[in-house]
Amino acid sequence: MKRIFFGLMVFGMVLGMIMLALHGKSTESTPLAKLNEQYAKKTKASVDHSMFQQLKKRFTKPQEVTAACISCHNGRHTEVMQSTHWNWERTEYIAGKGIRAIGKRNVLNNYCIGISGNQQSCNRCHIGYGYSDASFNFSDSLNVDCLACHDNSATYVKAIDGAGMPDKSVDLNFVAQRVGKPDRTNCGTCHFFGGGGNNVKHGDLEQALFDPTRDVDVHMASAGPDMQCVDCHTAQKHQMLGKMYSVSSMNRNRVECEHCHSAMPHADDVLNEHTYKVACQTCHIPIYAKVNPTKLNWDWSTAGKLKNGEPYEEKDSSGTDIYMSIKGSFVWGKQLKPDYIWFNGTASHYLLGDTLDPSKVLEINTLYGSYDDPDSKIYPVKIHRAKQIYDAENKYLIQPKLVEVKAGDGGFWKEFNWERADEEGMKQVHLPYSGQYGFVETEMYWPINHMVSLKEQSVQCAECHTRENGRLARVGGFYMPGRDYSTIVDRLGVGVLILTLIGVILHGTARVVVYRKRKDVK
Amino acid sequence: MKREYVYRAFERFWHWMQAMLILFLGITGFEIHGSIRFFGYDQAVRYHNTAAISFLILIVFAIFWHFTTGEWRQYLPTWKNLRAQAEYYVFGIFRNAPHPTKKTVLSKLNPLQKLVYAGLKALVIPVMVVSGLLYMFYRYPHRYEVLGLNVGGLEVIAVVHTIGAFLLVSFFVAHLYLITTGRTVTSNLKAMITGYEELPEESDEKKSSVEANEPVLTK
Ligand code: HEM
Repeated sequence: MKRIFFGLMVFGMVLGMIMLALHGKSTESTPLAKLNEQYAKKTKASVDHSMFQQLKKRFTKPQEVTAACISCHNGRHTEVMQSTHWNWERTEYIAGKGIRAIGKRNVLNNYCIGISGNQQSCNRCHIGYGYSDASFNFSDSLNVDCLACHDNSATYVKAIDGAGMPDKSVDLNFVAQRVGKPDRTNCGTCHFFGGGGNNVKHGDLEQALFDPTRDVDVHMASAGPDMQCVDCHTAQKHQMLGKMYSVSSMNRNRVECEHCHSAMPHADDVLNEHTYKVACQTCHIPIYAKVNPTKLNWDWSTAGKLKNGEPYEEKDSSGTDIYMSIKGSFVWGKQLKPDYIWFNGTASHYLLGDTLDPSKVLEINTLYGSYDDPDSKIYPVKIHRAKQIYDAENKYLIQPKLVEVKAGDGGFWKEFNWERADEEGMKQVHLPYSGQYGFVETEMYWPINHMVSLKEQSVQCAECHTRENGRLARVGGFYMPGRDYSTIVDRLGVGVLILTLIGVILHGTARVVVYRKRKDVK
Repeated sequence: MKREYVYRAFERFWHWMQAMLILFLGITGFEIHGSIRFFGYDQAVRYHNTAAISFLILIVFAIFWHFTTGEWRQYLPTWKNLRAQAEYYVFGIFRNAPHPTKKTVLSKLNPLQKLVYAGLKALVIPVMVVSGLLYMFYRYPHRYEVLGLNVGGLEVIAVVHTIGAFLLVSFFVAHLYLITTGRTVTSNLKAMITGYEELPEESDEKKSSVEANEPVLTK
């Protein structure tokens, strides 16, 4: 009887352990397979634009193309004209500042600083024609540039310093007859080159994504799901999903991995549990700037040095600019581990005219969040640091005029004179300039969302759960197993253990010695 | 001397399982703690969780066994002979003095053992189980559609669990050594494996105490 009972018990325990060991190792997750299948199917356009008479008549101006588009796509332009791509502005609530219209007109960055006074050059990436200064007419629908986003011929380019007008080389008829859904080429032409060059700004958006391998990005991999930007950044009535915390501040309209993958996509409970406090990106984007470097540091204070009266550039051994007379000195980085912060989806911004404390590092955008806040998760970010120009008397950042449009207009990139550039730039934003300038250290936070790696390359447990130099070493506010411990408990605990060992060894040795002696005596 | 059946099958099974599990939980636990590297962090967590559940199951069976057999009374701490037992380990053992406490089937633990084991059973292990379970189910709100425990932070739970772990590991070391302090160096070990042990009879005891001339025993 007893034996049977005992046997059953052992059997039960063994069974229990096997079940536990197997638990959590379920089979291939079907949701992922379904997604792969869904995105492998590429939709084909239902019409052939090259057949339309309206697009065959000779276009001499890009506005004529827009008119032709509107003649069929009746009313679509009004949707576009409500978008942030067109207005470069959105109305947002900013903690401590209230409801504000923010955008490139009043938000600065710490790369090329701002568009005001520089529209002729910067606004090449506006989806309109001729946004060359603040007087641009945002209600003229003929200035909507349909082709920038809808060209599928990959031949449409906007002219350098052309305020958004197409380059002379563009054959408008050829392009207009080959329009369709935006692909990575359309978006990337602007979004991969923000800050004046490939990968300068984001670090996770760059030309390698035109035709990426799976190692670079599992979603966009050409030999893979080959997803296009608009597969995630979906649009309704030309309002795109997604946002950037360099210019927006509210927790809305975000593209999230969970939209497709669900909140708990892992087969393993321990991993799923992490999703309460850790964003997907944190583990699944172990490195960014995978292929080409991104700018990490920009020191404007060294700009303006000339050799024989001429501006010059210096490159490092890999051919990246490390000094340019027009812009100053740079530090670049490639294959970088992100920084990590608590982030709840809301941000604040330095707005034109806000006063600053030059003895402190100024956060151009502040991302909010903390462990105690249930909406916060740990996110990967790129931090871009700079030294940029500010008005030393009025204590605010300066919008300098950089681009020269007319000779003698103060453009720094021609005249290399900060006083003139400041004066002219500040006129554009209607702020007084004291004539005194200095350089202040600033920081900008760029959440890293792209370049998702193969799951085998995701961040491993011990990269964070470790005492030394873990990825989350500086992310505070909570106890993390493996990283944190009580020093007192550890000291005392190890002490007790060592004393026990010593005691046991001494006692044992003494017994052996005594035993030997006694044997000798006998 | 008489050969007696001291440790029954379940008791031996429970003892060895418990020993292995505590050792294993200690190794994996201190890997999670960041003190050692052995299995790799992810495996350590997985193994610790699995071993913890096995340990819990074992504990449930052990509690059942302790109460149905009445064996729990063996662990009731007593002051009687406590001092004598301590003195034995400090002095008597070196003089080859006999054990001050007679081991019988009905009373197989000496007063020091009673005290330490009672402390483990009533304090350290419950604290480990409770802190371990809190650690495990802390913030699993939607897990299995059950609302979990929303504790403000892990720190207190983890520190308490760590204190218990240090105590258990230290106990483990001392215990390993004390195995050798039976009637002979290996008699305790053999007994816990086979269940049988040579125990002194009434007459042996008298004889030995006369021989050793130990005053403690005449009390
Ligand atoms: C039923 C009993 C136990 C349960 C339910 C339990 C559960 C846990 C859990 C859930 C963790 C956290 C692991 C993680 O981060 O996922 C943990 C950590 C740990 N466990 Fe246990 N455990 C038990 C028994 C033990 C025992 C017997 C020992 C040692 C002999 C031990 C030593 C440790 C240590 C040192 C840590 C690391 C604590 C820290 O650094 O935060 N545990 N335990």
